[in-house]
Amino acid sequence: MSLSVHDSVPASSTRWRWLKATVSAFNANKTSWLGLVIFVVVCLLAFLAPWIAPHDPVEQNVMSKLKGPFDNYYLGTDYYGRDILSRLLYGARISLVIGIASTVIALVLGSLIGVVAGWRGGRFDIIIMQTMDMLLAFPSLILGLILVAMLGPSALNIIIAIALTSIPSFARIARAPTIAVKERDFIDAGRSLGFSDLRLMAGHVLPNIFPEILVMGSLWLGNAIRTEASLAFIGLGVKPPTPTWGGMIRDGFENILDSYWLVLSPSIAILIIVFGLNILGDGLRDAIDPKLKGER
Amino acid sequence: MIEPLLSVRNLRTSFRVDGEWRSAVDNVSFDVMAGETLAVVGESGSGKSVTALSIMRLISSINGRVEGEVQFDGRDILALPEQEMRALRGNAVSMIFQEPMTSLNPVLTVGQQIGEVLQYHRGLSASEAEAEAVRILERVRIPAARNRLTEYPHRLSGGMRQRVMIAIALACRPKILIADEPTTALDVTIQAQILDLIKHLQEEEGMAVLFITHDMAVVAEIADRVCVMWKGKKVEDEPATTIFAGPKHGYTKALLSAVPRLGAMKGHSRPLRFPVVDPSTGAELVPSRLMPDTIVATEQPLLRVEGLTTRFPIRGGLFGRLRGSVHAVENVSFDLLKGETLALVGESGCGKSTTGRSILRLVEPTSGNVHFSGRDVGKLAKGELQTMRRQMQMIFQDPFASLNPRKTIGSAIAEPIIVHGMGGRSEAEERTTALLKRVGLQPEMAQRYPHEFSGGQRQRIAIARALALSPQLVVADEAVSALDVSVKAQVLNLMLDLQEELGLSYVFISHDMAVVERVSHRIAVMYLGEIVEIGPREEVLNNPSHPYTRKLLSAVPVPDPMRRKQRASLSVEELPSPIRAVSWSAPETMLSKIGRDHFVRIPVEKS
Repeated sequence: MSLSVHDSVPASSTRWRWLKATVSAFNANKTSWLGLVIFVVVCLLAFLAPWIAPHDPVEQNVMSKLKGPFDNYYLGTDYYGRDILSRLLYGARISLVIGIASTVIALVLGSLIGVVAGWRGGRFDIIIMQTMDMLLAFPSLILGLILVAMLGPSALNIIIAIALTSIPSFARIARAPTIAVKERDFIDAGRSLGFSDLRLMAGHVLPNIFPEILVMGSLWLGNAIRTEASLAFIGLGVKPPTPTWGGMIRDGFENILDSYWLVLSPSIAILIIVFGLNILGDGLRDAIDPKLKGER
Repeated sequence: MIEPLLSVRNLRTSFRVDGEWRSAVDNVSFDVMAGETLAVVGESGSGKSVTALSIMRLISSINGRVEGEVQFDGRDILALPEQEMRALRGNAVSMIFQEPMTSLNPVLTVGQQIGEVLQYHRGLSASEAEAEAVRILERVRIPAARNRLTEYPHRLSGGMRQRVMIAIALACRPKILIADEPTTALDVTIQAQILDLIKHLQEEEGMAVLFITHDMAVVAEIADRVCVMWKGKKVEDEPATTIFAGPKHGYTKALLSAVPRLGAMKGHSRPLRFPVVDPSTGAELVPSRLMPDTIVATEQPLLRVEGLTTRFPIRGGLFGRLRGSVHAVENVSFDLLKGETLALVGESGCGKSTTGRSILRLVEPTSGNVHFSGRDVGKLAKGELQTMRRQMQMIFQDPFASLNPRKTIGSAIAEPIIVHGMGGRSEAEERTTALLKRVGLQPEMAQRYPHEFSGGQRQRIAIARALALSPQLVVADEAVSALDVSVKAQVLNLMLDLQEELGLSYVFISHDMAVVERVSHRIAVMYLGEIVEIGPREEVLNNPSHPYTRKLLSAVPVPDPMRRKQRASLSVEELPSPIRAVSWSAPETMLSKIGRDHFVRIPVEKS
């Protein structure tokens, strides 16, 4: 019978269709556009900081210390008379660089560990994952604190510390779907086509679990930014004259009762970026998963 | 004139897809008399299930719309307020679903789930409900009914769960039972039991049954009248005997011609191609054709399996002590010639799939030898095995699961060619184009992802991928079981054509005896991991010698209402479990020759 064998749709260019599908998936979850916009805007502002910042972020001006907002300075000044808006813009660079770098490192290493552990299974899996659980049992802030205290507070060391604390989460996130995908028929089909383990892991398992990892990545990016701010707040951030959001909150904390804006604006900045990354993560998951596209 | 119990008039159900209303059921009308069984038949997407859901008013009102008139017992169901409708559902109108595994709540006991209906609709007290539940479970012939009340659904087998579902549906003595593919997920012998049960209960209660199915053989077994649906429309509505004797509509003809009939192959020694029928006119485009002789008898068989045994250990306790093992495959031996099809048949859990996977070493066998064109597959090193696998391929039951959802089908087919260095990118692309054409798809489709295809198309893609490496042996594991009847016939035709063209050998794993009869040269019947009977197809089917083979054959429904089976007993036999204790040793059996190449397993006589 000739039922439904040739019900073809005119084939348009693949790349173009993929883009269109992604855009339409983003449209299905409209708030994710907001997340993307927030993230892009913050990145742009950070990148353009040297050109758009109204003042030098480290220049002290005793004459105009602790000025309130809208008094010549849009967001006021701190105890040393430094412009808060400028410090925020420059602080975003530190937050984003440390956040993105540590998340990318954790994502790559963590997924590698998770996929291999899930794929190999058995004793290997148990030993690796128990180690990961041990790391996970430490609150990430404490672990980061110990590491930074040991290594010394420099940007690179903070990146390493935050990356190390988030590797176990990525390993867990990557391992669970690996085990599920491993049991699917197409892996057996690949095996019977004579594919090597490496090809199956990299070419077949990884693309299938990538959405999960990516969603986790965008959520952990927010987390990393928060951890960086917390470390800076405790005093283990990038060295003082360099503006960081966590450091600004720490400095402002001493005067919180009479100069609330010192703490308020960096806090709101952290809130906005973390919120944006969270809803972006949800949107990414919907956009990338072809299974969800098929079901809609 | 007698009023019909259920009268559906001009039913039209539409769903909103991308902001547009599309009708899934279009202007369908039919009547069901009290005590009658009406079968609604159609393939997936024909709107049969949507019809049932519309009658039950289970269509979501957010993106679904039901129009028309459904008169039940003198009342228009579609116009009832929701509260009255709730009082009707599960009470005067009941429904059972296809998946007994998912339609029972896993955290409530069987007794609670039956009791809930009784308390809700019939206002019984908890203790009365319990007593009534026992009575109902006995009515659906569940052994030791009282003990079952406190059990959770996962403790029960599929057949038992479907019985529980039926018990819940019957709890309030409905006037009509709507059964949506109730036996599709069950094994043949269990299916026969459930069909019997429904027939008996119908006689006892005098209720009407609206039976939804895709399986013409089941229809012939149970229906008084048949309503055939195609693409959302009713195309034929006749008494069952009339439809099977002389279908009028082209689609019904096409459907019936695609249904293999067990026993229809008497006198043919080779596989028979299905005819190709135009579904709108019913004209035969390509007549049925007997396949030429494809078997090449050589000194050495292509595949020789000797004493293959696969066991899965069950460990328990603190130190992972061996508690027992699942004896999935026990001492299986057979030969397969070039161009030959050997069917492995049996019910779920009989080890037929594990046998297939063990041959390809997708699972490591516990013991035994597999020789493929003279080489011992079990002794190959990893690299050699990967090369050897070029010649042995597998097709899986679920074509969606066997294709990577993130790869375009073009790259899925091209990948093995590139990996094995059988050609560069351009050669692989050329070969992909040729393969897609060969399996009846368009080369432009290579750019698409698996979810953009229908089930039948996906199975064609899976076949194309398996053929990419020009294998000699294909293990087809329930390759057509998940497909619609007409699509099934197309895919089987394709497999037969490929065998003729390329001289492929198939290990055809299936539970469907009628399909097996159509395509195989030899049949091996498996039961609890062992081959209990093996021989040429005609021999095994016409002269079944092992009691299990006989039981299996007698359970297969025949698509002919005139040959409906008269079964006196309502058996509740379950499939035994292949889990054995460590100390278990198999009873000694041997294969005894009873005909030309026909062997049957018998116990060894102790002298």
